[in-house]
Amino acid sequence: MPKDTGIGASPKRREDVRFLTGKGRYTDDINVAGQAHVAFLRSDVAHGTINGIDTSAAEAMEGVVRVFTAKDFEGVGGIPCGWQITDRQGNPMQEPKHPVLAEGKVRHVGDPIAAVVAESAAIARDACEAIEVDISDLPAVIDMKKALADGAPKVHDDLTSNLCYDWGFVEENREAVDKAIAEAAHVTTLELVNNRLVANPMEPRVAVGDYAAHDDSSTLYTTSQNPHVIRLLMGAFVLGIPEHKLRVVAPDVGGGFGTKIFHYAEEAFCTFAAKACERPVKWTASRSEAFMSDAHGRDHVTKIELALDADNNFTAIRTETHANMGAYLSTFAPSVPTWLHGTLMAGNYKTPLIYVNVKAVFTNTVPVDAYRGAGRPEATFQLERVIDKAARELGVDPVDLRRQNFVTEFPYATPVAVEYDTGDYGATMDRLLEMIDRDGFEARRKESESRGKLRGLGLNCYIEACGIAPSSLVGQLGARAGLYESATVRVNATGGLVVMTGSHSHGQGHETSFAQVVADMIGIDENQVEIVHGDTANTPMGMGTYGSRSLAVGGSAMVRATEKIIAKAKKIAAHIMEAAEGDIELKDGQFTVAGTDKSMAWGDVTLAAYVPHNYPLEEIEPGLEETAFYDPNNFTYPAGAYACEVEVDPETGRVEVLSFAAADDFGNVVNPMIVEGQVHGGLAQGIGQALFENCAYDEEGQLLSASYMDYSMPRSSDLPMFQVDHSCQTPCTHNPLGVKGCGEAGAIGSPPAIVNGVIDALASAGHDVGHIDMPLTPAKVWAAMQG
Amino acid sequence: MAKVTMTVNGKTRTAEAEGRTLLVEWLREGLRLTGTHVGCDTSQCGACVVHVDGEAVKACTALAQELDGAEVTTIEGMANADGSLGVVQQAFQDYHGLQCGFCTPGMVMSAAALLKENPKPTEAEVRHYLEGNICRCTGYHNIVKAVMAASGQDVAPVAAE
Ligand code: FES
Ligand code: FES
Repeated sequence: MPKDTGIGASPKRREDVRFLTGKGRYTDDINVAGQAHVAFLRSDVAHGTINGIDTSAAEAMEGVVRVFTAKDFEGVGGIPCGWQITDRQGNPMQEPKHPVLAEGKVRHVGDPIAAVVAESAAIARDACEAIEVDISDLPAVIDMKKALADGAPKVHDDLTSNLCYDWGFVEENREAVDKAIAEAAHVTTLELVNNRLVANPMEPRVAVGDYAAHDDSSTLYTTSQNPHVIRLLMGAFVLGIPEHKLRVVAPDVGGGFGTKIFHYAEEAFCTFAAKACERPVKWTASRSEAFMSDAHGRDHVTKIELALDADNNFTAIRTETHANMGAYLSTFAPSVPTWLHGTLMAGNYKTPLIYVNVKAVFTNTVPVDAYRGAGRPEATFQLERVIDKAARELGVDPVDLRRQNFVTEFPYATPVAVEYDTGDYGATMDRLLEMIDRDGFEARRKESESRGKLRGLGLNCYIEACGIAPSSLVGQLGARAGLYESATVRVNATGGLVVMTGSHSHGQGHETSFAQVVADMIGIDENQVEIVHGDTANTPMGMGTYGSRSLAVGGSAMVRATEKIIAKAKKIAAHIMEAAEGDIELKDGQFTVAGTDKSMAWGDVTLAAYVPHNYPLEEIEPGLEETAFYDPNNFTYPAGAYACEVEVDPETGRVEVLSFAAADDFGNVVNPMIVEGQVHGGLAQGIGQALFENCAYDEEGQLLSASYMDYSMPRSSDLPMFQVDHSCQTPCTHNPLGVKGCGEAGAIGSPPAIVNGVIDALASAGHDVGHIDMPLTPAKVWAAMQG
Repeated sequence: MAKVTMTVNGKTRTAEAEGRTLLVEWLREGLRLTGTHVGCDTSQCGACVVHVDGEAVKACTALAQELDGAEVTTIEGMANADGSLGVVQQAFQDYHGLQCGFCTPGMVMSAAALLKENPKPTEAEVRHYLEGNICRCTGYHNIVKAVMAASGQDVAPVAAE
């Protein structure tokens, strides 16, 4: 029987009512009295020297408040990077300055050169066109390997080259891996591209800056996944505003997918300009602007080698990746190809030796940073593709080859420095096979053939690491932040409570699922629990939402704070009922004394906490409010097995996804409806990457895919209904809810299934193509079939 | 600047518009009806869909001045008279057809227009009709279910899970 309340139930989402009636409050819906509007003049060349900027005509236009250029930001810090990587020689990465407005040079199409504050957005845009900028074009570096060639133009003149870092992991394994590969019975090699993507949350970024002269405080409303992180980075490193004078509010946010984690120049600009102009200022990105200013994702070029012994056991993996950083280091960019990618290269398999080399490269392109999955999709794609290729080369069943190499004993320490606490990869594979009727595939393939189509079955496994932690470890790895989460639980006198969480919801439904957890722990109605998030003024310092961490880390903090509440409430109940504290039980919102018929309702105890007439005042303080900070001692490791059937039209190369099945192990599940929705959305993004989406630059660095005309987003008619299942559950062993995180799995696990499926379809017609790089557009698939 | 008057969600509303003011700007900035969203600048995302004289229209493609006198329904006008969610809205909540909610107003307006034209659409018809509405969160699965459920059809057979 599905539960209808509490943990494991799927109550309807409470946030939906406002979204469905137009009452959501997104950043662009916020207008501060007297606000002016901002437009940015952005570079239309990829690389050039700024010889001069003439703003006089713009300044003279009616309705223009002020025009800003880099000289207005002298003495202001650059946009900081939050993660420092140490290279193979033990040296820190090269870290260039990232000015708020371009200083001396422009480094990518979209780099902001100047900004106009005006009475309306239209006037601000018009005035931008009246600014004259004298730029001498410089040759641009776009291709990563060319950027590393001797004599290549440098993106940053003060760095020694375009190499940000050359990272080896685990460096001590290198020789042993080389030896194992040299001695292997079989080595499968694959060179591939993990295509550059644009996250494209449907809400473009917005920033509203407001300054209050009476108390010298600033407020920034922004489309962010982590307002506290923005407050710290912007306040401490860019503008020099102490946190107690800076409030950051991220209200309803229309999707993030990673790209709203980072601190952006436009946020700092609006906060700065509001004070400088002595009036609120608002900037709303157009979609075209989003394409050239939101951090992009992926963009890896990789060579992977998989070594097997004569019995098809994996013996070693060696990879070499070039990872594009773009023109500047975005907030967490350096961590993505390293700690979020190298540590996942073991996948679901017990390969004893692994070596990962990553060269991170500056190019004249938009900065690249975390996008849904962040490093883990790149790891999964290369591993699951190379395994499929190996199975094909060896003539073995791809399921058998995977099964034979599965990690089966937990905890399992990988050769890439992480320890999987729990999992059952065989069980998710079994579940997947039940879902897809593999035995019936040949008949379905024949049916497709009868219609002139080629049918393929693609499958793969994935593992991911969520809730990156603990802080002490990530600090050693170069993180300049902690990765705990916080929650304050405030119980009101009449028994309702407010949870102020450091997590942030931008589609994940925390207002519903977090309330389920707390209500379940106390045994009260979910409607008595309010979840507050997204405002630094009323939430404890928290790290926000990304990396599928909210429930595993933020939810754990909330559980810890609620446990403290319950413990204190029991003390109060014990005092009033004149019983020993250890005899008090809490169930269904009633405190009872074990073995007696004495009881007290939750609301009577909470009232006593605030009206402490009969109260253990010598022992505890009045009131009922507790805060917890939770710092996990490990990542969580969701895993699963995915499969799809695709049909290729041999006449055109067009690929249709006929079905997609996902068997996931997320540990315990609080709200199955929300979890399934997360998987659906992730699958759509992964299928989008595999078949449609590509962020393309030409050789001069012009962004070719700068709107929905050229960047192909998956649409309703491109996708099938999905089969999703999360009935295999091996609970996480180290957090109180036993949850693992589900936000990124779909995007991580689905691209290899699609490509494996298309390769399988082509193979059925005798086209042994080895690999096709994503996205698998009709032109590429057709060309592959022509040999 | 000119004064533009339309009947919006059943009420006569007047606000200024420049020649270049789009309907979506007029609604959001002129009337502060911020339920209608802007997700792109090439008329391809559908976040801005409203009904103009009974037809689904992308409000970023229409100039406010040209619609003087028109009858417009936005997401704010889709609830029942007693304030409860309308049929399509309710189905979106029941079937989890929204996550971040940003595409949702446009989706609901498009879906309502579809059901007026085609009261019992097939899954393929729903998917085809909603091609002009991009959702980045849901993968469309639950949106399709919601729309079919709103039409009174049993969605168990279309949902593969
Ligand atoms: S805003 Fe109208 S279609 Fe995108
Ligand atoms: S619900 Fe977020 S874009 Fe559709």
